[in-house]
Amino acid sequence: MSSRSGTYGRVELPAVAVAVGERREVALASGSSGAGPRVGAVADPDVAEAADRPPAEEPDVPGRISRTVVSGESPAPFAGVPPLERLEMELLLEAIYRHYGYDFRQYAPSSLRRRLKKRLEAEGLSTFSALQDRVLHEPAAMEGLLRDMSVNVTGMFRDPTFFRALREKVVPMLRTYPSVRIWHAGCASGEEVYAMAILLEEEGLYERSRLYATDMNAEALDRARTGIFPIARMREYTTNYQQAGGTRSFSEYYTASYGAALFHARLRENVLFAQHNLATDTSFSEFNVILCRNVLIYFDRNLKARTLRLFGDSLSSFGFLCLGRRESLRFTNVEDEFEEIDPKERIYRRNSLPRQGGGPAPSRATSGRGARG
Amino acid sequence: MKPSVVVMGTSAGGLRALERVIGALPAVFSIPIVAVQHRSRESDLFATVMQGLVALPVREAEDKEELVAPGVYLAPPDYHLLLEPGGRLALSTDEPVSFSRPSIDVLFESAADSYGPAVLGVLLTGANHDGTRGLARIRAAGGFAIVQDPKTAESPEMPTAAIAIGAADRVLALGEIAGELVQRSNG
Repeated sequence: MSSRSGTYGRVELPAVAVAVGERREVALASGSSGAGPRVGAVADPDVAEAADRPPAEEPDVPGRISRTVVSGESPAPFAGVPPLERLEMELLLEAIYRHYGYDFRQYAPSSLRRRLKKRLEAEGLSTFSALQDRVLHEPAAMEGLLRDMSVNVTGMFRDPTFFRALREKVVPMLRTYPSVRIWHAGCASGEEVYAMAILLEEEGLYERSRLYATDMNAEALDRARTGIFPIARMREYTTNYQQAGGTRSFSEYYTASYGAALFHARLRENVLFAQHNLATDTSFSEFNVILCRNVLIYFDRNLKARTLRLFGDSLSSFGFLCLGRRESLRFTNVEDEFEEIDPKERIYRRNSLPRQGGGPAPSRATSGRGARG
Repeated sequence: MKPSVVVMGTSAGGLRALERVIGALPAVFSIPIVAVQHRSRESDLFATVMQGLVALPVREAEDKEELVAPGVYLAPPDYHLLLEPGGRLALSTDEPVSFSRPSIDVLFESAADSYGPAVLGVLLTGANHDGTRGLARIRAAGGFAIVQDPKTAESPEMPTAAIAIGAADRVLALGEIAGELVQRSNG
């Protein structure tokens, strides 16, 4: 990596327990931690205000905070859940936020509840209050919860037609740039990042590309950095790769040994894995492409709106935003700022200069909220 | 209590069963219907095929879409479909449940949590046990559970399993389910 890597490069990431503790510091103190790569963390609102300026060139400088929080929608309660249990669930989320800094309070409620119930079962507990007690006092229990809460179902070239569309509709535009900056937001264990590196390599763009792969889960990032994936999935990935328009033999990209596939180090030479939490952190740079597939489905509409604002503010003019196949910008606060490049594959392009100022977004996302049910 | 949502689940033989039930409903049926049909990841045409068979508007669910009646929302392949409190749909890519994604249990349990007694659950033909646990949850939360009479099902396993664990308020022949839904939609 270039000189940029000074503050930011190959720092050994602490184990999750440490990262969780560090996370707590970040939430309670201010500024960024020096221990591990963290980007866009803004803990102190005053610091955040002061940092309200155009996007910084270097990712380790706190960028401007996006102040757009579409609020006013108080969540409807779970009508089929006893009030006491609803209260306990709220308190658990509050406790996790205040103690560890992880904010799940604006996650999509039904999936969130499902995952928390799963954790409850795994811990052999019967109430969210008991889970709260354990999570607060045993970091290992918090690690388990974080694992459950991370979006980890991923794969290489999942949805091959999407990657084909990237080759055909996005790559030609990227070719015209002297350098290409890509952000994988919520990259989990990194499969998609490696897939992207392969695609760029084959399109002759990898040399001038820099990929920023972020996730809130330090443990997942540790796995991503190794470049080791289960050999059992290579057959599926190979098929996907071919359908996605791959031009070589997929097995050229990894070495198989001891039941694992080790992907070549070159594929992560231009990749920076760093911790970033979409629920609490801010913009940290400006990108030509942002991929965030099947992550926003876990956020409620307020948090989705905040995150889309963050993406809008982090994209260069005519930058691309790629969402999951069943996610869209319809009825969101940034709908007017994007053009659909491929409606089926959910590839969007920013249609003008990034919005300046960071004032309140149009509140379309809050209009017409569901009165039914 | 008039239901505010109808949730349906089916696997093997599901297209024809859904057609029989939904096709027999009036085009102005006043409660949104949300359905999970097990199918392969690649089957993109299911909604289109269904729409050709029934009068109610049919679409594949989008994340955070608002439920509107009349309307039928189908779980997209390879995603779980959940109901959110407040009348919206949500998707997830969490791991398969009972080897299924979408899973009927996931839809039914989220419906029971979100709407309690205002849920009408319908479990149709199917060759595994997905949906039985969710249907029991709908009942436990005060909702109403209809199970297709296994004798009229192309694959009786799923309805049989639901009946066996006592998850059914009513067991009806395939041809009788639409009538029951209309009656219940009138409150």
